[in-house]
Amino acid sequence: MSLFILVALPFLGALLPGLMNSAGRSATAGVTFTVSLTAFVGLLTNLPTILEGEVVMARVDWMPLMGLNFTLMLDGLGFFFALLILGIGLLIIAYARHYLGRDDNMGQFFTYLLLFQGAMVGIVLSDNILLLIIFWELTSLSSFLLIGYWKHLPEGRQGARMALAVTAMGGLAMIAGMLILGQIVGSYDLSEILQHRDLIQADPLYVPALVLILLGCFTKSAQFPFHFWLPHAMAAPTPVSAYLHSATMVKAGIFLMARMWPVLSGTPEWFVIVTSAGLTTMVLGAVIALFKHDLKALLAFSTVSHLGLITMLLGTGTAFGAMAAVFHILNHATFKAALFMSAGIVDHAAHTRDIRRLGGLSRLMPVTFLIATLAALSMAGIPLLNGFLSKEMMLEESGRTVLFGTPWLVPALATFGSLFSAAYSFRLIGHVFLGPKRDDYPATPHDPGAGLWLPPAILVALVVLIGVAPFVVEPFVKLVTASLLGAAGVVPEAHIKIWHGLVPALFLSLIAVFGGLILLSVFKPALRLWDSTPRPEAKAIYDAIVAAAEGLARAIILPLHNGAFTRYAAIGAVTIFAAGYHAWITGTLDAPTRTMQPAGAVPIAGWLMLLGATAGMVLLHRNRLLSLILIGIVGLMVSIGFVFFSAPDLAMTQFTVEVVTIILMLLALNFLPNRTPVESSVLRRVRDAGIAVAGGVATFGLSYHFMLRDAVSTPISEFHLANSYKGGGGTNVVNVILVDFRGFDTYGEIIVLGIAALLIYALTETLLRGPVRARLLNRKPDQPRAGDTHPMMMVVLTRVLLPIVLMVGFYIFLRGHNDPGGGFIAGLIVSIAVVMQYMASGFGWTSARLRYPYHGVIGAGVLTAGLTGIGSWFVGKPFLTSDFTYVRIPPFKEFELATAMLFDLGVFLAVVGAVMLSLESFSRLARLASEVDDDHPMDIDPSREEDDADGLTSTARAGV
Amino acid sequence: MTHWIVAPVILPALGAPFIVLAARYHVGIQRVLSVAGVLALIAIALGLALHTSDGTVILYRMGDWAAPFGIVLVADRLSTLMVLLTSVLSLFVLLFAIGSGWDSRGRHFHALFQFQLMGLMGAFLTGDLFNLFVFFEVLLIASYGLMIHAGGNTRLKAGTQYVLFNLIASTLFLFALGSIYAETGTLNMADLANRAALVDPQETVGIRVAAVLLLLVFAIKAAVVPLHFWLPSSYAEAPAPVAALFAIMTKVGAYAIIRVYTLVFPPNMEATAGLYDLWLLPAALISVAIGMIGVLAAKRLDRLVAYSIIGSMGIVMVSIALFTPSGIAAALYYIVHSTLAGAALFLICDLVLVGRGSLDLKPRPPAAGNAATAALFFVGATAMVGLPPLSGFLGKLLVLDASFNSDLVVWIWAVILGSGLVSIVGFARAGSILFWKAHATKAEDDGVLLSPPATLSYVAVGGLIALMAGQTVFAGQIHGFATSMADQLFAPQPYISTVVETPGKLSAPAKGDH
Repeated sequence: MSLFILVALPFLGALLPGLMNSAGRSATAGVTFTVSLTAFVGLLTNLPTILEGEVVMARVDWMPLMGLNFTLMLDGLGFFFALLILGIGLLIIAYARHYLGRDDNMGQFFTYLLLFQGAMVGIVLSDNILLLIIFWELTSLSSFLLIGYWKHLPEGRQGARMALAVTAMGGLAMIAGMLILGQIVGSYDLSEILQHRDLIQADPLYVPALVLILLGCFTKSAQFPFHFWLPHAMAAPTPVSAYLHSATMVKAGIFLMARMWPVLSGTPEWFVIVTSAGLTTMVLGAVIALFKHDLKALLAFSTVSHLGLITMLLGTGTAFGAMAAVFHILNHATFKAALFMSAGIVDHAAHTRDIRRLGGLSRLMPVTFLIATLAALSMAGIPLLNGFLSKEMMLEESGRTVLFGTPWLVPALATFGSLFSAAYSFRLIGHVFLGPKRDDYPATPHDPGAGLWLPPAILVALVVLIGVAPFVVEPFVKLVTASLLGAAGVVPEAHIKIWHGLVPALFLSLIAVFGGLILLSVFKPALRLWDSTPRPEAKAIYDAIVAAAEGLARAIILPLHNGAFTRYAAIGAVTIFAAGYHAWITGTLDAPTRTMQPAGAVPIAGWLMLLGATAGMVLLHRNRLLSLILIGIVGLMVSIGFVFFSAPDLAMTQFTVEVVTIILMLLALNFLPNRTPVESSVLRRVRDAGIAVAGGVATFGLSYHFMLRDAVSTPISEFHLANSYKGGGGTNVVNVILVDFRGFDTYGEIIVLGIAALLIYALTETLLRGPVRARLLNRKPDQPRAGDTHPMMMVVLTRVLLPIVLMVGFYIFLRGHNDPGGGFIAGLIVSIAVVMQYMASGFGWTSARLRYPYHGVIGAGVLTAGLTGIGSWFVGKPFLTSDFTYVRIPPFKEFELATAMLFDLGVFLAVVGAVMLSLESFSRLARLASEVDDDHPMDIDPSREEDDADGLTSTARAGV
Repeated sequence: MTHWIVAPVILPALGAPFIVLAARYHVGIQRVLSVAGVLALIAIALGLALHTSDGTVILYRMGDWAAPFGIVLVADRLSTLMVLLTSVLSLFVLLFAIGSGWDSRGRHFHALFQFQLMGLMGAFLTGDLFNLFVFFEVLLIASYGLMIHAGGNTRLKAGTQYVLFNLIASTLFLFALGSIYAETGTLNMADLANRAALVDPQETVGIRVAAVLLLLVFAIKAAVVPLHFWLPSSYAEAPAPVAALFAIMTKVGAYAIIRVYTLVFPPNMEATAGLYDLWLLPAALISVAIGMIGVLAAKRLDRLVAYSIIGSMGIVMVSIALFTPSGIAAALYYIVHSTLAGAALFLICDLVLVGRGSLDLKPRPPAAGNAATAALFFVGATAMVGLPPLSGFLGKLLVLDASFNSDLVVWIWAVILGSGLVSIVGFARAGSILFWKAHATKAEDDGVLLSPPATLSYVAVGGLIALMAGQTVFAGQIHGFATSMADQLFAPQPYISTVVETPGKLSAPAKGDH
């Protein structure tokens, strides 16, 4: 079967259990089993090629520029692991079918399980190390989901997060390590990397790469000091523990060390780090395991210990050590998975896993007893079982290993670990199954159906088979070892035998077994000693670290983002100032190219007024009405400044904008207190003043700098001045720039204006629907109202003015192209005309007389401008291309017609609509809050016709 | 002359006023028009992307005026990619807004949405700096309108801060533009590239300050720490579909930096040398750290996602700050990913809110639609923290790979990988509380059972996730495209000559000044 299909099958198959969930549990388990079986058979079809010592390759380019490709490789090592993953996977699926209860969502479980299986197969088949990382992290993720499968259990949730955090940390480190490795070799393909042992080991980056990759391996394979997550992962359902956390996933780290063995091993760094980590883990795990009362915890720590054993074997860097490692991987997978399944059976039957509450199960559950005992004896290293063989090899290898220059250190510790290993194995048999039958089990233990005991039984059969007839698997082990060693070593001649003669390893083995028996016989005092010894609790440390990290994160983030805008702005301003200052001082400065213009008396007077108004603003800003007036002065002076600099268009615009703004602000002030309260301390105001002054000085300095210097090349405005009449048909350059040269900018700006109005409207709408409505309705004016809200003089005057102002607006609009004016100013002027009506005659009166909704006016304006622009498409010109011609309609003189005028009309409409819509939105608030009857424009109106007025009133009311 | 290039700007700019004029009381018509407009945008964007994929630079002269005197739109690989990304994102966001009913919770959602699209498209397509300012204004005002859509006190407060901070940025933009015009006398980017090279080495302070001010404007938009303060609360408080659309807004800043600092002030330009080397990369690294630490610190899901946006923008900025072709290519790949992932997560926030009634990271009983939402959250979070298999991992890998030769490589790797771990812990904690712990939490007696989110909402989120899956599967092609894009950016001469040398109205009588 193609390797692609082999890897893809579990992933694609993962969809099925979820789909089949409602079809029943057997169907769900059935499809899962079928998917796994298909992959298993597919793997076996590659067996002949593997046996010939060949490597199956498959490749599809994925990110060739990056060097990340979908390259798969099946060699002996990969085949071995894939066989374990898929073979044990089949047994686990069968077991889980009977293990999971009716309340468990089996579809979800098997979906996760198949995702895991696919990821795991991917790891062992990857030829590209970046691809390998992808599958690697996928196993972490699927393991996270499986540990947390029982969502209601806090242990499951915490265990899942801990496992994810630890393994993800290692995974991230490994990413860095793999990237370095790839950079050294120039390729991320394993088949390429494995050829460059010398190149890699000579590189200065070898050690960082090694440490980072090992960090990944150690976290995944639960090596000291990262071993603590594995026991907590036992909160997962037992099939998961048996599959992920003993047989396969935790071996991924081991696999990677084996994979990288040809290029990474053999250096002192590798030897010291890997061997000592393995040895420590082995001893530590074994000791802790003996004193665990939870059956699964005991097995978990024993797994940690055995993983340490394998790691240590790989660390020695010898071919024999590698072979022993391979063999022990196989043996451990068989007996440990069987033990976990047995533990699950006991838990299922007796409703407890606490060894202290068990004992005497041998007669109640004879089948389980047999299976568990054989597996445990193998774990203890008893002859005729497979555990014995690999443990002998390990002890033999340890005898040859010299760590830290001390020849006895490794064999002594290895024997010590084996002794504890034997002890906890015996304890498992003795304290769970042997002894007197008890009458206080939480439930009556009994042997389960074949569905639960058959899968472990098959594994135990393998345990016995390999133990009795090791020559059956020897060729396979050697094949795998050869593939592991690659070009870096030669498969040892030694045969795997039960009897080697009276070699030192045998004596060590005997010490371990009998020592274990003796240790168990003094278990009670040993336990008391253990319990009284203070030792660090890994979970507590981890929890403390996470809690501290979270506390630290909150301590950094929350006060920093406390919602105080003034501080945000202050930090922003200081940053801008600092970066700008840095740019300034690192640049070069030459003499100015222009001289200062002489300042006349009038400009100086204007400048002083501007300054005075600004200073007044700073001092008097708490009085809001006063500050509004001062803003008005500033605006006026700016307008005059524009006049002074010969920009009448800008001056007119600025002036009209000022008028409209002040009116709108006055309306807004109506809803605000008269004075701004003091909210900040003196110190903060001093700080803010400092920042403000610095910003002002910087702005002044920059402006001053540029005013005394010419541009590096002729400014584009020269072109605009030269071509305004010839190309744009207008003598008013400002207007031609606005509607022609840079009409697209204007188009954008009128849209901004339109949006602003729409949003003021939308804001008012939402305000009026919320709690603000009630507040407005209950609002009491804080000052006495004027006696005559709508003075007659003003009403009469504004009405007389209306047609005149409209006429002026029209005139300004028309003359715009050649003289100061244009759509923007005209729009503002017309708006002012209407605003005056609002002010003089009241909102109600004016609203009732409106024929065109302002929304429509805005929409029409923007549409007109846009469609004018599109119009030029029909003559094959780009958007907004203008044209003009001169026409003569008697009795008028000849005048110019430009398409730009149509565009200007759009501008005009958008401005009128936007200003009026904003005003109307304010007025809606005002009308709600105002108790004064606005219906009548004048308090005394002799010509009032009651009927008509009433009619208008009701329309106006309906509009609210 | 083809008008297609201006269509992405004009289409929404006509659609929005039409909605205001004719359909402002009919949400049904608005929806049809809005979706149809976005679909058309996608089609146009695809066409433009295909057209420019061979390296063609399309020029469009507004009003037929030649650059630099008039405004030009320029489409190259980079701008069409951004246009395409925006239009595709907007479709799913729009579908979600319709499905969840957000669009009818206030006035003018669709009009503002279209205007917002117009601003985005214009910003990506314009070849003129002042015009870019105009589109920034369109963007800002429309996004403010969208942000405070449907109102509410906290939202209005966050909106005020948002608009105020961005007005500071706008002011700064004007200062920068004024300085640039005073120094060079032009606003067209390509022309600016020519004229910036003419700056007298004896007097570089002017152009340096101008360039750095402009960079700061874009950095504010890109939420680079410490100019990011406007982002967390405004994104968290904005309506979910709006926040999702905002995922592209930070990218406008990133886009502008890439554009201006490869074209106008390229890294090898002497006058502006050493301008940002000192602080931009460290600031980007701090952004990554602050963002991901914020993920761990957040007490609400929406805040958490907002911080993750800051973090992922930090990664984009790290990659940009390398200013190498491979760095820019990685940044472009990551920009696409970060936009999709951020948008998906904000939409998922709303799914959680609808089903659960609260975004507080405190245990509550299982929510309506829990399983589907949890699955989407898992995938979205995986993508955001950069775990395999989705595009987030590949993007991070590209950034790490691109930074291998940087002086700060150790810092870059340590910060990106380390903060990745922190965000994993943060997201795992949030997901565990929201979706797992719920099963161990008893419902209160008076607990009102909320209805599950609408199917269309799930479709929209699923669509975004499918896009990320697509970005993963076709990572090779996309990265190849990004690389050719980066190469085009680092060889801007064809772009410059296309813009500057194409004649327009009245440009024949050698009015040119260079």
